[in-house]
Amino acid sequence: MTTTAPDPALSYYTLGEEIHDTKAPGGPIEKKWPTRQFEAKLVNPANRRKLTVIIVGTGLAGGAAAASLGEAGYHVINFCYQDSPRRAHSIAAQGGINAAKNYKNDNDSVQRLFYDTVKGGDYRARETNVYRLAEVSASIIDQCVAQGVPFAREYGGLLDTRSFGGVQVQRTFYARGQTGQQLLIGAYQALERQVNAGTVEMHTRHEMVELIVHDGRARGVVTRDMVTGAVEAWLADAVVLATGGYGNVFFLSTNAMGCNVTATWRAHRKGAYFGNPCFTQIHPTCIPVHGDTQSKLTLMSESLRNDGRIWVPKRAEDAEKDPRQIPEQDRDYYLERIYPAFGNLVPRDIASRQAKNMCDEGRGVGPEVTEVTQEGESRQRRRGVYLDFSDAIDRLGKKAVEAKYGNLFDMYEQITGENPYEVPMRIYPAVHYTMGGLWVDYDLSSSIPGLYVCGEANFSDHGANRLGASALMQGLADGYFVLPNTINDYLSGAPFEKLDERTPAVAEALSSATGRIDKLMGIKGNRSVDSFHKELGSIMWEYCGMERTEAGLQKAIELIRELRSEYWSNVKVTGAAEDFNQALEKAGRVADFMELAELMCIDALHRRESCGGHFRRESQTEDGEALRDDEHFAYVAAWEFTGDGQKPTLHKEPLEYHFIELKQRSYK
Amino acid sequence: MPVATTSATPSLSVHQRALRSNVVKKAIMAVTGLVLITFLLFHMFGNLKMFVDAEAYNHYASWLHDDILYPILPHGWFIWIFRVVLLACLVGHVYCAASLWRAARHARSSKYVHAAHRPEQTYAARTMRVGGVILLLLVIFHLLMFTTRSVQIGFDSASTPYEMMIGAFSLENWWVVLIYAIFVGVVCMHVRHGFWSAFTTLGANVGPNARIALNCLAYFVAVLLFVGFMLPPVAIMFGMVN
Amino acid sequence: MKITLRIWRQANKDAQGKMQTYQLDNVSEEMSFLEMLDLLNEQLTDQDVEPVAFDHDCREGICGMCGVVINGAPHGRYNSPVATTTCQLHMRNFKDGDVIDIEPWRAGAFPVIKDLAVDRSAFDRIIQAGGYISVNTGSAPDAHSTPAPKREADKAFDAATCIGCGACVAACPNSSGMLFTSAKIAHLANLPQGQPERRLRVKAMVAAHDENGFGGCTNVGECAAVCPKSIPLESIGQLNRDLIASLFRGDGRTIS
Repeated sequence: MTTTAPDPALSYYTLGEEIHDTKAPGGPIEKKWPTRQFEAKLVNPANRRKLTVIIVGTGLAGGAAAASLGEAGYHVINFCYQDSPRRAHSIAAQGGINAAKNYKNDNDSVQRLFYDTVKGGDYRARETNVYRLAEVSASIIDQCVAQGVPFAREYGGLLDTRSFGGVQVQRTFYARGQTGQQLLIGAYQALERQVNAGTVEMHTRHEMVELIVHDGRARGVVTRDMVTGAVEAWLADAVVLATGGYGNVFFLSTNAMGCNVTATWRAHRKGAYFGNPCFTQIHPTCIPVHGDTQSKLTLMSESLRNDGRIWVPKRAEDAEKDPRQIPEQDRDYYLERIYPAFGNLVPRDIASRQAKNMCDEGRGVGPEVTEVTQEGESRQRRRGVYLDFSDAIDRLGKKAVEAKYGNLFDMYEQITGENPYEVPMRIYPAVHYTMGGLWVDYDLSSSIPGLYVCGEANFSDHGANRLGASALMQGLADGYFVLPNTINDYLSGAPFEKLDERTPAVAEALSSATGRIDKLMGIKGNRSVDSFHKELGSIMWEYCGMERTEAGLQKAIELIRELRSEYWSNVKVTGAAEDFNQALEKAGRVADFMELAELMCIDALHRRESCGGHFRRESQTEDGEALRDDEHFAYVAAWEFTGDGQKPTLHKEPLEYHFIELKQRSYK
Repeated sequence: MPVATTSATPSLSVHQRALRSNVVKKAIMAVTGLVLITFLLFHMFGNLKMFVDAEAYNHYASWLHDDILYPILPHGWFIWIFRVVLLACLVGHVYCAASLWRAARHARSSKYVHAAHRPEQTYAARTMRVGGVILLLLVIFHLLMFTTRSVQIGFDSASTPYEMMIGAFSLENWWVVLIYAIFVGVVCMHVRHGFWSAFTTLGANVGPNARIALNCLAYFVAVLLFVGFMLPPVAIMFGMVN
Repeated sequence: MKITLRIWRQANKDAQGKMQTYQLDNVSEEMSFLEMLDLLNEQLTDQDVEPVAFDHDCREGICGMCGVVINGAPHGRYNSPVATTTCQLHMRNFKDGDVIDIEPWRAGAFPVIKDLAVDRSAFDRIIQAGGYISVNTGSAPDAHSTPAPKREADKAFDAATCIGCGACVAACPNSSGMLFTSAKIAHLANLPQGQPERRLRVKAMVAAHDENGFGGCTNVGECAAVCPKSIPLESIGQLNRDLIASLFRGDGRTIS
């Protein structure tokens, strides 16, 4: 495609000034973080308890940050929407956590982890942040072991590691298939220790519904108590958002049901830039959708691709056959065929797209569904590919396969009712992670002073595609090691002016929050919140999913706008505002998803290249691979909110690669 | 490491609060219960003396009353020390049981509308508390009959211990045997769960094998007690001993 | 499938609750139990009836947020062939025409918030009392400085898989939280890093357990039988051993 053609996206946004990260110091990359730590201003320990920090979210990033800042002596107020901080969705991560420990003596190093992450992200991440991530990765493992995280061990008592997709070393530490759970419980325990010590004030079943910005600084949040419905303002010297990703904009995803964009979106509306919203990760190995009453999708760990082989029938006619009856010569192990070097272990974006291609060709397996293409044609397709362990079972024996993957096989059988030891698993890609998020600088500060963003909620480290086992690493790096060493630079200027509920900024935030709730309750329309959410999800999946086109994205924006206006006139929220009201909770979240969805489509429309998880049909190589356009798009798209119904403003942060050479990714 | 923020009795140290915990009460129940089970085993063994002959049995009874540990202790002292220890065990056991029962009633605020499905709970376990109360009443009856002789069925104040037994369990007093059988049955059910539970409370349940072993042992002790205690009355009733 | 549901409806903590009957058609076998409840809630919304409140989040059996008593068993354990959370129970385990009773966890320590949602913050308070290792961020030695024997590390892991759902309390005739408490004790007691605070930890957690209104354990084993993560009953044995041993030794702390 040619970038010189008139860009229809231009009618959807205005171009603002370039922005830059001003916090990363100069000098060689390995000196940047120590230098920054040295240069950052400090807060005297005796003064810390006089300063209040609000942290929203209790996952790996939020929980770790709350515990660490509590230990440091700040007064921390921590919120989560669940009934306990231990339930944050970090808990569902299965595979493992990367760290450049080089315990396996296999040439691993900070430099290599840095390189793998930048390359895996298809060169759309900021170098300085990624290098620091690799640098602190080793300390994460030390910290977690000391907390009592029961990582897998070898018989000698030392830690075991395994390999993961997209890399050639064994640097992934794991705790069976429940690494996220164990790491989160570690952070949760550290957090509860601080709750007991009185440094952290924990508020569960509280959802942030507005950000308070006074005098250009983030000074607090407004929450809704999900039990009583009370809307309250909380004031602080700084606010940290660690509220996770927004994959639920697609309705069906591997996210928890409650995951939402409200906290970050409210902050965006108050001035925080949103970075690369269209970068979403579609995970290749999930259990396929079973029907239209499905509420969520379940991931099958990437580790399964170590021993499982992915295939579809060579001929569409075979799709209905029992897979065990399809002879070897009639099977197409397409990943092994197309990518002989990496085979079934290509990065996630590639594995997902190829699964989609196979099904588009009509060679998918599983039940047939009627679908409408972006061009409006109706067609019959099967959405599934086989993940087959029969080779592994023949080679290693059923016992060995059971020992490695038993819990995942059981989970699969429980959900689908099929025995994967006998019949190949059926899998299909599903929305899993969002690389995009609020724009932050090297200090994890957003574009609003005093508003910090950690973990999946920020955009920073994964570029256009995240490698497996890196999300846990980033969440904990931000929470334990980065934020506690950067936020002090800002807090050294505190305490700030004292505010109360009469301060105009606080009163405005409170009334905007209650006004929105009243508005949602007052519509009393005919359609349930879920029906809107499902419709939004199907628009996004169709037009802003694994393959995006200019025409499709424009159509999606129109559809979203129509849906949004129907939403505000026809949604039905039952119950009362001042009560435990799950319909109201969902209604607020879906309203924000509707706004975000439009921005995602605009971002996807304006980025006229393919990179990582963002695949534009118009920008591909001859053999169908993603084709980057470094000349025009080597930047972070940071979007500024300009008002309801107004075009957002795009600020470009150019990505400069001083330490890694920009190359077209190849896994062949 | 600071203590719970929710302490109901903040003036106490962690150690003191732990000492007042349900686990400690259960440990007391476990130790006292095991003492009582040990007593039962000896009691049962002594009863079987009656199969030797009347003289042996009567001699055993008078030894129990007067001669144990003589001459370290004067005649008849041991039995009182022994009774005090047993009574203390019983009081401790019952007190802790009542306290735990109260805690459980408080903890289980309301019942399920659909009856709770609890397949793991044996009948013995489910009836520990009710069984314990029945047991207490029957123990009192047992003592009134054979220790204080306040209730005399088939014997009088002048009867020897042997005659007392033959008289009480004779065929014409079949209902005494029946009550006794119920008594022993309740004892054995209580022992069945109590034995396993006592060892578990004291930490002996170290794994699935230990769990099986302790449960088997509990059944063995319970059955042994039932058979051992029921042999004399049944033999007397059917005239095999006279 | 057509299903009859009898569900506990309770407006708030202080209100009187009662079972309410609903008919649900078009239930498919592939649905999870919670998706079936979603379907009911869509139907109720259509009829302008307030939907049934129930807690849930990850829907993949790991966050521990969901949990209702189904036909008298937490997480519908006896409707499922394997240990399960409510979200992982599927409708293929039920038959057309079934009547299903759904109730909240019932325990004094878990007051009902609304319908099927209960307040489990007592669990957090037990952890706050000592369910952690005191190590400040940044002060950890190298991960390999203390090898951990594999057997104990595996035991620690088995106990650490507890998801804090509260099914153990719901199943227990005494509403005891011993399985939950002992899972954390067993997790940390089996790791070298957990040793320094071991004695004070068990005392503080056991005290907090009782003070939060849970009953005592009578070793019947209902808890372990319904536990979605199969936390072994031996964990309670470990807690008992550790507590009794700790009472005979100082904990190295002079003030509470």
